[in-house]
Order: sequence, then C-alpha cells, then structure tokens
Amino acid sequence: MPEEKEKKMIDIYVMGRRYKVPEGLTIMTALEYAGYKYVRGCGCRGGFCGACSTVFRNKDDYKLKMDLACQTAVEDGMFLVQLPFVPSVRTMYEVDEIEPEKDDNLLLEHYPEIARCVSCNTCTKACPQDIEVMDYVQASLRGDIDRAASLSFDCIQCGLCSIRCPADIKHYHLAQEARRIKGKYIDTHSEQLKERVKELDGCVYDERMKELVKMSKEEIKIVYDKREFKKGE
Amino acid sequence: MILMDGYLYYPGCTLKTKASDYEQSAIAVMEALGKPLVEMDDWYCCGAVQSLTTDDLIHQIAPIRTMCCAQEQGENTLVTLCDMCYNVLKQANQRVKDQPENLDTINDFLDEDPDYLGEVEVYHLFEILRDMKKEISKKVVKPLSDLKIAPYYGCMLLRPTGIAIDDTEDPKIMEELLELIGVDVIDNPKRTECCGSYHSVNRSDIVEKRVEDLVARAVEDGAEAIALSCPLCQFNLDYYQRTTDYDIPIFYLTELIALAFGLEVGMKKHWVDPKKMLKDKKILE
Repeated sequence: MPEEKEKKMIDIYVMGRRYKVPEGLTIMTALEYAGYKYVRGCGCRGGFCGACSTVFRNKDDYKLKMDLACQTAVEDGMFLVQLPFVPSVRTMYEVDEIEPEKDDNLLLEHYPEIARCVSCNTCTKACPQDIEVMDYVQASLRGDIDRAASLSFDCIQCGLCSIRCPADIKHYHLAQEARRIKGKYIDTHSEQLKERVKELDGCVYDERMKELVKMSKEEIKIVYDKREFKKGE
Repeated sequence: MILMDGYLYYPGCTLKTKASDYEQSAIAVMEALGKPLVEMDDWYCCGAVQSLTTDDLIHQIAPIRTMCCAQEQGENTLVTLCDMCYNVLKQANQRVKDQPENLDTINDFLDEDPDYLGEVEVYHLFEILRDMKKEISKKVVKPLSDLKIAPYYGCMLLRPTGIAIDDTEDPKIMEELLELIGVDVIDNPKRTECCGSYHSVNRSDIVEKRVEDLVARAVEDGAEAIALSCPLCQFNLDYYQRTTDYDIPIFYLTELIALAFGLEVGMKKHWVDPKKMLKDKKILE
C-alpha cells in the first residue's frame, strides 16, 4: 500500500537505546512496535486507569515530562521510560468510623506530610489529567474537603504527582480519601436511591426488566426522559 | 485599589480550622466597622515558620505565590490575622524586596505564572485597628469595664524588629485597643515572652512550664483572662492550663471587641470555656 510506504519513521530512545518507529504511534504502541511486551505499566489503553504513567524528555528540551503512554504520541528524538509501579504509602482508615464533622483537620491527621507542601506546583505540572493538584493539597491543609474532592475528581491515580513531589506528599491517596468523605458525609443522599438499592438486594427488578426488554428504542427513550428524581435532604 | 471599602484578607489554614473563632470574630468586627475583610480568591499555606537559611528559597515560594495572588487581584495591601502567617508573609516579602536577586530566582522558578513585582505590603489586623480608634469607640455599645484582662503578644508580632507591628520591647497596641473597649487592662510584664510555640508537638513539658509561668504571673497581677492574637499561643495557653492550677479564659482580642460591639461571635473552640465567666459577670445572658 502506498500510504504505508510514505509513513515517516522517527527515532525514539527507550531506556537509552535507539529504535526506529513509525510516526503517529502512541508511546505505548511504539514500545510494542519496538518489541517490548507490557507485563506491568499498562491497563485500559483508553486514558482512564492510570496504569501507564510514563516519564519522557523531548529532543533538545531540558524538562522531564510526565504523561500517560496510551495517550501521548511519540516524537522524533524522544527519550522514554515506563514506570511499572509507584511505591507510595497509604493511610488506613475505616470510612464508616471517621468523624469529619467533629474533626476539622482529618486529612491533615491522616496525611501529616501535606503540611510540608511548599507550593512549588510541580505536582500540577506532572498531572496528565490537568488537575490543579497543588490547589487540592492546599484545600486539604485548610480542611476544605469538599473543594479537595471536587478539584481532584478526574484523578486516575497514576501517581506521577507523588513521584515528583519534593515534599513526599502522596497526593492521590489523600484525594481519594477526600472524595470518599465527600461521597459519604458531605454530598446529599437520596432516600429514593437507598430504597432502590434495598429492593435490588431483594432482586426486585425482574418485572421491570422484562418490560424494558420488550420496549422499542423510542419507547425506552421516552421512559428515560420521564424518569423522576427525588433530591436528597 | 479595587476594594475601596474593605481589605484583601489572607486567612491561613489554622484560621479555617482550629482557630475559626478568631476568623469569625475578626470578620464580624471589621464588618461592623464598615471595612469588611474580603478573602483572597487564591492563597497558599505560608509554611507557618519562616526559613532563615539564606539559600533556602524553596520555602519562600509559598508566601511569594500568595503575594502574586494579591497582585493579580489588583491589590497592594494584604491583611492577615494569624501571627505565624503574618510573620512568614511579612519576612518573605521583605526578603525579596531587599534582595532582588532572590526575587529573580523565585520568579524564574514560578515559570509560566506571573512574576511578583514586589509591590504588595503585608499588615496585621491590629495595625489596621490601631488606625481606626475613633470608629471603634463609636461602635462600643457594651464597654467591658468589669473585665480585668492581661494582653499577651508572644513572639511573632514583634520579632524580628524589622517586621514588628509595635515597639519590640514595650508594645502598646493591644493595651490601647483593650482600653478603647473599656477593659480594665492589667499590666503584663511577661507579654512578649514565648509561649513554647510548636514545642507542644513533641516537647510539651517545655510548653507546660512556659504556660504555668505566664498564666501564674497574669493571675497574680489580678487578670481574669488573657487577650491575644496568635492561634498557637491561644492553643498553648488555653489547652495546657490543664497541667497547672489555673483555668482562665484565653480570648482572641477580636472576640472581646465583638462583645463590646454587642456581638457574640467565636468562643466556640476554647478549652477553658469563656462563656461561663462572661455569664457570671452578666456580660452574656
């Protein structure tokens, strides 16, 4: 095929060794093209799971860059390495037993190292999801769990922030706790949902399912649009 | 100045958590005086302790980033309440003004963020209140003449000399403000001594000794309570009285000003409940 012939080949360096790969591949597929097989450091291949965190440097650039290997295209002269795992510590807590209403600095107690934040913003620059990482650490420091959870919502737990942090903060574990607390203690809860979950536990869905299966696409659309919500208190 | 009728305000982390009594009472007082405190859109933890090492610029970044936030909001005046924050912000700001090469290094590091131009001035709330004596007097509806209170400054408002809000050895700012609201001010010769500061973290024995010493003298001289500003001094003097024979309330000065203005704000997170004494004295119902 003529198109294939025209495809430009570029040089990439994987852990220092040079390979020729076709232009336009992602880092992940380029590594596979070069003959590597992923055992770790690869997951959904869709930019959601955060398993393929990668560190690279572009030709003639002094800066180290971070991104997801499945979402980033290779460039000529790129230096690459895959990170299989981030060995970071996580605080153990029982989400049903913590009392965020009574304790206005719970996150600081669970992750005291956040007090070491010097606001260098390196975490934010490392984030492949463009999250304001430093800002959610700062929100956590001042007990604003709601803001920390909202800012970190798109986190995929790749761990690149924590690898780069000069203060050894474990941002993504902190943020996950913030979101768990928000979900359980801050957000409103729908009574309707609780009742429905109880019903589902008792398998009260067969009849409704049978009805849905019989419906046409158009009918389902109408039912969907007319569904009712009860907002929580 | 964008905020014609108020002051751009830096809270600090502690004011948002353990010391919310201070924040709420200060906001209420400034609101009553018609000069509301307007919280910055963005701000960063100051770091709590100013790094004195000359080549340790990484610890200057957080306070300078906050200066940038004020600058980007179009303000040259920044007011803070917490003594630790005041001390760090003021010293860091002074440092980059005195040493432009330090500012260049920090601005280079800040990368794509806007450069700090070095034009913001940091003030402690007490400095603002000192210049509003007339307005304060006018607002007093309930003079606290039945209260004998010793002022306490601690370290952070007065040291080092270059950033002191008043005379380092003989400060008067709190005495003057307390007199304005009718308080019977008890002279406190130990008012500039250290409370033990962050030794409460792992050498509480040091803090216990300091607190015993400071509170004992105030009580011997007739004080029924102490007024101060620093949240860490407040915690140490308040919490560690349990290791002494004393249990006098430790007020934030703004809580007392609010009381004199007829407002009951703060006084919720104290270890020694101040409301008991205030009720005994019929200041609160």
